[in-house]
Parts: sequence; C-alpha cells; structure tokens
Amino acid sequence: MHGMINRAIQCFMRDTYGEDIWEKVAEKADLGFDNFEAMLSYPDQITLDVLGRAARQLHKPVETFLEDLGTYLVSHPNVEAIRRLLRFGGENFTEFLFSLNELEGRARLALPDLEVPTLKVAHIEDGRFRLSCSSAMPGFGYAMVGVMRAMADDYGALVFLEHQGWMDSGEEIITINLLEASYTEGRSFELSERIGGEL
Amino acid sequence: MTVVTPVTFDAAPFLSFMPMSLVYAESGVILSIGPTLAKLRPAKELIGKHVAEVFTVRDNGRGQGNCPIPLDTKLYLKFRTGVNTRLKGMAASIPGTGVNILNLSFGISIVDAVADYRLTAGDFAHTDLAIELLYLVEAKSAVMEETKQLNARLQGAKVAAEEQAFTDTLTGLKNRRAMDHVLARMLRTQVPFALMHLDLDYFKSVNDTLGHAAGDTVLQEVARILLEETRNDDLVARVGGDEFILIYTRFTDKMRLLHTAERIISRLEVPVPYQETFCRIAGSVGITTTDYYKKPTADGMIHDADLALYSSKYEGRAQATLFDPEVHHEPPGDTGASAFP
Repeated sequence: MHGMINRAIQCFMRDTYGEDIWEKVAEKADLGFDNFEAMLSYPDQITLDVLGRAARQLHKPVETFLEDLGTYLVSHPNVEAIRRLLRFGGENFTEFLFSLNELEGRARLALPDLEVPTLKVAHIEDGRFRLSCSSAMPGFGYAMVGVMRAMADDYGALVFLEHQGWMDSGEEIITINLLEASYTEGRSFELSERIGGEL
Repeated sequence: MTVVTPVTFDAAPFLSFMPMSLVYAESGVILSIGPTLAKLRPAKELIGKHVAEVFTVRDNGRGQGNCPIPLDTKLYLKFRTGVNTRLKGMAASIPGTGVNILNLSFGISIVDAVADYRLTAGDFAHTDLAIELLYLVEAKSAVMEETKQLNARLQGAKVAAEEQAFTDTLTGLKNRRAMDHVLARMLRTQVPFALMHLDLDYFKSVNDTLGHAAGDTVLQEVARILLEETRNDDLVARVGGDEFILIYTRFTDKMRLLHTAERIISRLEVPVPYQETFCRIAGSVGITTTDYYKKPTADGMIHDADLALYSSKYEGRAQATLFDPEVHHEPPGDTGASAFP
C-alpha cells in the first residue's frame, strides 16, 4: 500500500487518540520503525496488520475504525489538503458524488503509484445514489462512508448513508440518500487557497 | 415560429473556436465536426450518424429532457467503439437555427489522449489550458521521479546505517545494542526463549602470545560456529571482547539446550589454524530460559545466565551450566558466584 495511505492511518491515530496509542500499535504490529513515510511504498500486509491492531487497541470493530478514519480525512485541520482536493469535485454534494467517478483518474494524474479504489457512482432515483467501491484494501467502503458523511457536512447537505456489505466480486456497495441538498450553510470553499480559509 | 433549416447555419466559426465540438440537428444527427475531433474519429464515421450511436452519454441528472442529449449541463461521454476515451462536454441549442452544438474536452483523460491520437499544441483552442496542464504533469513527473530516487537512496542509506549500528564489524555478528533491542522486543511480545552466555577461555593468551591478528581470526571462526549452531530466528551477539550472548527463540527444552551448548563447546576446542601454528581456546556457557520466571526481565535473565556461567568456570571451564534458582539464588557467600574471582 502506498505510504500516503499508511501515513494517513498513522496521522489519524496520532491526531485523534494521541502519540502513545500510535506507538503502541506500531509496536504491536511489529513495524520495526516509528513512522510511515508518505513517499515510500509498503507491503499490503503491513497496512492490514496496523488496521487490525489499531481496532483492537481502541476496542472498536475495524469497520468503525475505518469510518472514523474517513471522517478524519475530511474534517481534521491537519489534513485540510484532502478536503480541499475533494471539494474540487464540484459545487454541491451531488456534483461531488459524481466526481468520485473521476477520483481514480485524477489521483493517477497526481500520483501514478497511488492505488486509489475504483469508485462508481450511479443515480438510482430521486435523491438516491449508489456507490460501488472495489479496492485492494477490504473495508475501504467504510472509510468512504466516513468521507461522504463528512463531505455532506462540508457542503451543508443532509444525507443518510448505508453500507450494504460486500458483493461476491469483493465490491462494497453503499447507498446514499440525499434528503436535503442545502440543510445547513456548510463550510466555505474557494478554489484558491490564498483566498480561502474559514470565516 | 420560424424553423431555419440546418444547411443554412454556418458552423465554421464555432468549430474553429471549439475544435473539439460538433454540431448536430435537434433530431440528434451529426452535421459537422471540429478539426481536433476529426483526429479522434474520421469525419466520415461521425457525420450523418446519431450522437447517441457514437457516444454513451451520462449527466448528473440535471439536464433538460426531450433532447437526444441533455442540454446546458455537465456531460460525461465515451466513444462506443474504438479507444474508449472519456470526454467531458456540454451541449446547447443555438437559437433560431434548429441545430445544437456539443463542445467536448478531455478532462482527466488528456494525458492518454495526447498519446493515443498524437495531438499537438495546434489541436487545442488557444484559450484551452490543456498545454499548461500537460506541462505541469510533465514537470511534476520529472520532479517526482527525482524525489523517488532520492527516497530510495536515503532509505537504503538509513537501512545500512541501522544495520551498521547493530553489527559488530569484526565478526559480522550483532552487537550489544542489537541484542538489547531484540531482547526487549521478545520480552514485550512474551515469546519464550533461552539466553545463553558464552565466555571464551584462554582467548587472552592467544592474543598475548600470537598477537591481535590471531585473536581476530579466532573470533571470526567462533562467529562462524555460533551462526551454524543457531537458526535464522535466533540471535548471536558479541557483547564483549570474548563474550557472546545467544538467544534461542521458542526453544526452552533444558536438556536439548545443554546438549547444544556442549556441542558448541566441543567445536570451539578444535584448534584454529593461524599462519604456521594453531590457536587453542575453549568456552564456558551459562544458560537460562524464560520458563524460570513469572515476569522475565532482560537484566534479570542476563544476570542469571552470568551466575550459571560463573558456575561453569568454577567447575573447571569448558562446561555448560543451566541456571538453577535453588543453587544460584542462595544467600551470597554460599554460591560459586562469589567464589569465582
């Protein structure tokens, strides 16, 4: 798994639960180093070990851990860059949802080595969408639930999300019910980082 | 209501502004195409066809219905046949003409498209940012490649430096620091193991009579024997001039440990050829295992292996002794530990 993803998991634990919890997990997973480097690549098994250890350390199911990770990626100030890149997806939550179809391609333009899951968003009926997610990392769909929930808050949309489990092919299916597109004002976003910044 | 027939509409200025666009009748039939689009598919394959025959079209669900393709909204298109380049687009009707125009752009597929269709700067509208984007992608890739190589070099240097910091340069065995590290990890993860402390006998006299080079030869030979007598998961560390600590992972059978130690000792006694002569040494061993302790500690285990080693020395060297709490933890004064100088 790309160092970016491993680094994100580490930063999530550090920023949410504290440095010592991360150290314990790193030790239990027998990493042999203290920090993931964002620009290196690591065997997939390492990532799976860290996720398993982290969930156990925090007494949470891995699914919940991944969902919290997804929320963190969008909402924590330390990783603001990710939220900004996702906001480039569109002017409202619906456009954002459809931009997920292009996420893999966009990520490849920036980082050809980064294995981004293949995401497919389809419109089912009024206000209902379906996201399918296939990834080398099982459970990535749960992280996507966290990401989408936090992005809905970001856009000020009111949504109801449901992880529908796995297909035989390994794909994860999530349904998205967009109840209200402008429920709150949401957070401000400017294409230029220079102008941007919170109120 | 006036209906202007499509033939009277001159598309040329539009197509030169938007070289990736096409003009189609409200019915959906393609009337003319821009010069860049013609590089993607020959004009004769497109003109006269229905847009829906040529492309699959998807929108965000906001387009106006009742048209061959939704108008005035962001569109995602793909060619139905051939290289399935993804395109972004938008269609609009040109009032009073009875024709619509569909403008297309590559979006994220631009890098592949430029290669697939051998496009040049002249194929993009002068106002299009495609060339700037391609420039950025190239510059970014070049920098990224450099960074990647730098990362690999630094990572290699880091691994080598760490390896060096944990290695005894003369013998290639691990050093004390590495042993502390491994010991701490094994205790933390509660892996059962045996700790063997080996002290060479008569090594000083080899050094004194034949010189340090002879001593070095002996140490290298000892290292070779010890590595042969351990498995990959075990650890052999040189922790002093002529002292070694061996850690046997998941191996705590006392009789087999004694047997292993005795085999090592007998192998150490084989004279080592050096120049015209032979160097003769022996070894004494003290052994302890995690089985002896409720809560084993590194210091405690090293200390107890030492006590057992002293017993071996006291008993006349070239021996192996298992730590025995009954014997070695007697009040001071009664044990071989204090009797041994």
